[in-house]
Amino acid sequence: MKLSSQEVEYVAHLARLEITDKEKDKLTAQLNDILLYIDKLNELDTKGVEPMSHAIAVTNAFREDNIVDSIGTEKSLANAPDARGEFFRVPKVID
Amino acid sequence: MELHQLTIHELQEKIKEGKTSAEQIAESVFQRIDAVEKRVHSYIRLMKDEAMAVADKADKDIKKGDIKALTGIPIALKDIVCTKGISTTCGSHILHNFVPPYDATVVEKLRDAGAVFVGKANMDEFAMGSSTETSYFGPTRNPWDLERIPGGSSGGSATAVAADECIASIGSDTGGSIRQPAALCGIVGLKPTYGRVSRFGLVAFASSLDQIGPFTKDVEDCAIMMNVLAGYDPRESTSVRAEIPDYRQFVGHDIKGWKVGIPKEYFVEGIDPEVNSAIQKTITVLEKSGAKIVEISLPHTQYCLAVYYIIAPAEASSNLARYDGVKYGFRSPDSGDLLDMYKKTRMQGFGAEVKRRIMIGTYALSAGYYDAYYKKASQVRSLIKRDFEEAWKKCDVILTPTTPTPAFKIGEKTDNPLQMYLSDVFTISSNLAGIPGISVPCGFTSDGLPIGVQFLAGHFEEGKLIQIASAYEKNAKIEKRRPKL
Repeated sequence: MKLSSQEVEYVAHLARLEITDKEKDKLTAQLNDILLYIDKLNELDTKGVEPMSHAIAVTNAFREDNIVDSIGTEKSLANAPDARGEFFRVPKVID
Repeated sequence: MELHQLTIHELQEKIKEGKTSAEQIAESVFQRIDAVEKRVHSYIRLMKDEAMAVADKADKDIKKGDIKALTGIPIALKDIVCTKGISTTCGSHILHNFVPPYDATVVEKLRDAGAVFVGKANMDEFAMGSSTETSYFGPTRNPWDLERIPGGSSGGSATAVAADECIASIGSDTGGSIRQPAALCGIVGLKPTYGRVSRFGLVAFASSLDQIGPFTKDVEDCAIMMNVLAGYDPRESTSVRAEIPDYRQFVGHDIKGWKVGIPKEYFVEGIDPEVNSAIQKTITVLEKSGAKIVEISLPHTQYCLAVYYIIAPAEASSNLARYDGVKYGFRSPDSGDLLDMYKKTRMQGFGAEVKRRIMIGTYALSAGYYDAYYKKASQVRSLIKRDFEEAWKKCDVILTPTTPTPAFKIGEKTDNPLQMYLSDVFTISSNLAGIPGISVPCGFTSDGLPIGVQFLAGHFEEGKLIQIASAYEKNAKIEKRRPKL
């Protein structure tokens, strides 16, 4: 097993996911299966191979720094589950 | 033939000759939807009122002689492209109530070309899946056999075309999500070169792999759609400033002297015998059409799936961090402090497959594991890209089956993620390399399920794909069948 049940719990915390014990057991088994499959990559010697970050040769995409219309506060907040005035509203962060 | 059964170019001829109107075409499509949608479930949301208003305007334009590339043509949109004022759910509970304040670039382009939007098509949640079973809104069924999956993730876009619930549609393809459902539903699907079609307004899954493309009833329609979709977009930083040819000029030419590469690594184990036999027949047709068949090698093929299942979830875990119950979409009603709200919102808002991929991606990117997984996968990705660069020295295009098997049964693979992932085994390599690929119907199994052949070409060579697909379509004379619904 590459991933223990505790590690799965830790990764879920990093991913900001609450998981039930039942989900944790299932995920532990499935993630281990997948990681075992991915181990295949270690058959290959990749020393000195440049990691590929782009499918095509892209250079910096600059444009002129002109002021254009933006969506604006009202529309930006329109989809918020909770908003007040010009702000997104969230539950309290600290006690 | 009913109007909803026709292709874009057939309808355009009728419109130009004054034999039909945009309104009649739209009515025909919505009647068809009324008749079959309950069984197929192609759509998450229909846009009938808007469609009829646009059709009415199209008819006024037609009377004035103002006919654009898609005037009056009913088009379905995968529910992953943002539509201003129309909900865009990505097949997820977490976005079930999201109404974008803007249109995706492809939506703008289609609108400007006169397209009539029929509705938002069903899909695997956040495009993660190969069967359209992970949609929060329920599965889509394959029109050729309602007990079977249509493929995915763009399943609804594929079935809407195959079941004549629209004339053409838009999908997105991260590892095969256009080509695989096109093959399983018996239609044409193209994934363009990375950077050819703007991703602005496409809800991001894996940003280095995602690409938007069309589903159509034939190859000529594919060219017509690409003429509208392709092009540089200043709002999208990976969009490429390359010249866009008129794709329609590639339709109807021969392929005499073309070298078609057959990668031996794609013909090993696990291919259904009927799929294999249809592919062998396809090769014979191409030989008779004057093409030369050459065996090639793509030696890193067996590593594509493993690379993909690091790169795609890693990018997804980062892209999907934005769904936190703050800016849009669902927020869990029963949460305490902020951290608890994030965790409960994401637990209740995402489905099992999405969570699984977020977990793999988060793990692969977490401290101490980055080199072992993401970096390693990105290095192997370079090797996969090099395989193709070597191959282009020996051939013009590459031929493979689109999928190893025909459509499988609903529920057959839902409990086994690795088995599900294997249905994309032939389509993933082109996303990793950024090259274009097309799936074209090449026959049926004895049970009447469609089979597709895939052609791949070098970067920005969609024209070649259209040319060989069109020549094949003409010379193969695949029996025209429609699903019995």
